[in-house]
Amino acid sequence: MRTEISVKDIKSKFLDKVEELSEENIYACYQCGKCSAGCPSISEMDISPCEIIRLVQLGQEKEVLNSKTIWICSSCFTCVTRCPKGVDLAKVMEALRQITLRKNVDYVSPLSIPKEVLSQVPQIALVSSLRKFSS
Amino acid sequence: MKGAKMKISYFPGCTLKTMAKNFEDSALASLSFLGIEMVELLRWNCCGTVYSLTSDDLIHQVAPIRNLIRVKEERDTRVVTLCSMCYHTLKRANKLVKEDKEKLDKLNNLMYREDVKYNGEVEVLHLLEILKNEVGFDQVSKKVNMTLKGLKVAPYYGCLLLRPPEVGLDDPESPTILKDFLESVGAEVIDYPYETECCGSYHTVVNINLVVERAYDILSSAISQKAEAIVLSCPLCGFNLDNRQKEIKEKFSDFTSIPVFYFTQLLALSLGLDEKVCRFELNFIDPRPLLKSKHLIGGV
Amino acid sequence: MSRIGVFICHCGLNIAGTVDVKKVAKLLSNYSGVVCSTDYMYMCSDPGQDMIKKMVKEKKLDGVVVAACSPTMHETTFRNTIASVGLNPYKIEIANIREQCSWVHQDNKERATEKAVKIIEATVEKVKLNKPLAPLSVPITKRALVIGGGIAGIQASLDIADSGYEVILVEKNQSIGGHMLQLSETFPTLDCPQCIATPKMVQVGQHPRIKLLAYSEVEEVSGYVGNFKVKIRRKASFVNWDKCTGCGLCMEKCPVRVPSEFNEFLAKRKAIYTLFPQAVPNKPVIDSSNCLYFTKGKCRVCEKNCSLKAINFKQRDSLVEEKVGAIIVATGFDLMNKAEVGECGYGKYKDVIDSLQVERLLAPAGPTEGIPYRPSDGKIPKEVVFIQCVGSRDPEHYYPYCSKICCMYTVKQAMLYKHAVPDGQAYVFYMDIRCNGKGYEEFLQRGIEEDRILYLRGRVSKIFKDGDKIKVWGADTLTGRKIEISADLVVLAMAMVPSKGAKKLADKLRLATDDYGFLTEAHPKLRPVESLTAGYFLAGAAQAPKDIPETVAQASGAASKVDSLFSKDELYHEPIIANVDEEVCAGCGICEVLCPYSAIEIDKQEKVAKINPALCEGCGTCCAACPSGALELKGFRREQILSMIKVFTEV
Repeated sequence: MRTEISVKDIKSKFLDKVEELSEENIYACYQCGKCSAGCPSISEMDISPCEIIRLVQLGQEKEVLNSKTIWICSSCFTCVTRCPKGVDLAKVMEALRQITLRKNVDYVSPLSIPKEVLSQVPQIALVSSLRKFSS
Repeated sequence: MKGAKMKISYFPGCTLKTMAKNFEDSALASLSFLGIEMVELLRWNCCGTVYSLTSDDLIHQVAPIRNLIRVKEERDTRVVTLCSMCYHTLKRANKLVKEDKEKLDKLNNLMYREDVKYNGEVEVLHLLEILKNEVGFDQVSKKVNMTLKGLKVAPYYGCLLLRPPEVGLDDPESPTILKDFLESVGAEVIDYPYETECCGSYHTVVNINLVVERAYDILSSAISQKAEAIVLSCPLCGFNLDNRQKEIKEKFSDFTSIPVFYFTQLLALSLGLDEKVCRFELNFIDPRPLLKSKHLIGGV
Repeated sequence: MSRIGVFICHCGLNIAGTVDVKKVAKLLSNYSGVVCSTDYMYMCSDPGQDMIKKMVKEKKLDGVVVAACSPTMHETTFRNTIASVGLNPYKIEIANIREQCSWVHQDNKERATEKAVKIIEATVEKVKLNKPLAPLSVPITKRALVIGGGIAGIQASLDIADSGYEVILVEKNQSIGGHMLQLSETFPTLDCPQCIATPKMVQVGQHPRIKLLAYSEVEEVSGYVGNFKVKIRRKASFVNWDKCTGCGLCMEKCPVRVPSEFNEFLAKRKAIYTLFPQAVPNKPVIDSSNCLYFTKGKCRVCEKNCSLKAINFKQRDSLVEEKVGAIIVATGFDLMNKAEVGECGYGKYKDVIDSLQVERLLAPAGPTEGIPYRPSDGKIPKEVVFIQCVGSRDPEHYYPYCSKICCMYTVKQAMLYKHAVPDGQAYVFYMDIRCNGKGYEEFLQRGIEEDRILYLRGRVSKIFKDGDKIKVWGADTLTGRKIEISADLVVLAMAMVPSKGAKKLADKLRLATDDYGFLTEAHPKLRPVESLTAGYFLAGAAQAPKDIPETVAQASGAASKVDSLFSKDELYHEPIIANVDEEVCAGCGICEVLCPYSAIEIDKQEKVAKINPALCEGCGTCCAACPSGALELKGFRREQILSMIKVFTEV
């Protein structure tokens, strides 16, 4: 598992975009892992939350954007409440989702929701999931 | 609280008018009994949930701020909500524009068709805050006609009521507001570690399994501490912890169902109001057998 | 007619990179009163200084301006330079053209050069009006006060006393020793701390030149370096220590049992008690808030049983006054209270303890004789989780700094646990391991390899009670996983904070502290044991978190500073102090009220202000406030300042 990094990866447009959208300093994260330790959804994720931000620090755009993790995040803000460096990881996750969504790519598109689910769930579930996951 | 009732603007949000009508009806009736008239805004739109976490899409703040303009138009400076998600979204948007004049100006300009400009005049409150600070839990106790003694309940806060701490209603690590409320109506509150863990939220639409896993952990933790019912304040949490018990039972055969109440249903019951305002028929797991066994409701 | 020499330093490129020093030198050579104006690469160097000496002699200069860096750097250097060739050292001024010119105007060289010229011209005008001054000499009381009887205070006291000077050691508890005496074993040697500290404690107790005032606190300090007056409150112990022989019968008979502070509330003590068996002094104290006589008027069993009649319920606090010349502040540390941390349960779980508590459980002479039984049910814990950095390295919620010692004491505690419970498992959640002392890294590896402590790299997000276990949710970032452990016992390495009451004491002594209450040293690199206030020295954890060898080294360092202070027969005080023109002074008293050093008194008979030249630090507050202008600062008289303003405001 060899990863070559250079200033191209580190000082990339990807990192700039993430920092611009989230207004967070990615370098403030010192990889303590507290976010992962408290994340309620980590068992469904392929890459842990602290690893996501690590990969952003290393400029690994593809791996991060292709992960399941950023779509499993439930924006519960547990990580935000506990981060000792005050890094708002929820905003970073949102920025990562938005990078894909703003290319007009849906994670959840209204047409793909099964009819039974549509009639079953409360409006609030539809509103919030479409706000989070559609472009 | 005799005589003229205190009035306060009320923002219901979408689901309280449909699947969570039990939440709204029990709330309005209880508050009226306590001398507070929750006046629904004449015009309101979706609160704009979920609060946008990116720095540049101001358009997402239009929905919540527009609702605050409605409050201003009704000549009120406060608005009360019941749903955790509405509370969080409105409060956070309000905080954003109060702290960033440039964004506020842009929003006002965008909404140029509104008769009124917003300048941060409104305070967003949750019903629990009204009960605690305006009425006072001790006053609530005094008005209790049927104490809920003998009912063991597990308060469930979820995420958006408490986090992030700058808009939270109580301490995110060790909140007590629901406990204080429930004890004021005589219920026995059990302590369990999952009361602030996320229920899975909007994943209930496309990733039901994730919600099932979360809900199972939360409910079994409460049940293991001998809880007889869950009490909460959010229609989405309510759906995930109540309605999704069907899917939980399908996946975890050892799971035993447990009724889920909105806190206002228990408030209404304890104040001695007619069971009809609680709209128990809208609760997925029927709570009536439990309530009957505790002699909290009569009949068959 | 003045004969001023102007010497302009390049300071490498620091000044010359922005200011055109050669141009400035040329312009100044034409300025009225300047008879020589030159530039050099590094004025502070030996050749630079030689140049100044040469010019003073050759050109018969009566005043010198060195245009260079801030006077805090080299003012003393250059004063000595001109003094060595017979010119009064107060006839030199430093024109700061670095910090106040070249360093802040790097983007505008032309304007920076103009500004440098103005600064130097103004300084020349000031120097023209400088009067020669001579430093004052004050006597020194060659006795030292050491505040705090932990290992730092003990070491400093012994060093100073062994050098032949008298020391007064004040300790707020009834015995010296501090936190070191509570520890189980010390890293990296696993020495018994009581065994290595008590010989020093006994030495202190028996030293002919150390006056030990235990169960006492400093109430008030006045004066200045070499001449302090200290008021010390000797708290009432309700036991006459001169009569008491320390037999312990009173403690045996006392019926009261309350949580023991020394045992970190894991065991009980009596209302009349000594801290531990090897206490120095080994005399008991009555805790009046728990004693049955003081609270209910009953009992008095101790008094009845004391054949020496040493119990005295009527004893009162007493105040003693001492004169000293130097003060060492060694008030030590405490641990942050775990009740402040919500993620760890706000301190409500019995089996979640902090590092000092686990020290008491692991200490062979502790309440459980070295076996760390669970405080809740007394069972032996088979799975113990140690959490590092609780409260430390957390700028968002608690303290941003690293508490330095926790990595080392945690591995030690985990090792001692494994020695006591060989079939148990110890886990340590860490972010980094800081082992930067001698033998420390080897000690850590021994713990991991021999005692098989499992180190998990990640912080802990939450701990909560789960049945009779404590559930720990942490992370292992090395494998990217959330780790869940059902622990029997959890030990929190809480952040190190300055000792309770230290901030209040620092405020009383007017000592600078940082945002967290740690005492501020005069220079973080080069003057770590002195405070910014002359006569006060710092030692131990009161200045910053540190371990025992660093504490002892710092204590000896502070002691040597005191020795060098006492080696002189008199101290020199800066002559740049306030001066009263008694003919103009009306005795209004505004200056007396404002003076932060209490250096001014209005003479009631003459109705004029009188300055105490030894106390005055030349801050200038009185001069600025004086409505009649009777007060002026020597070396900064009104005409001098006005002459500088004239230069700056000229177009």
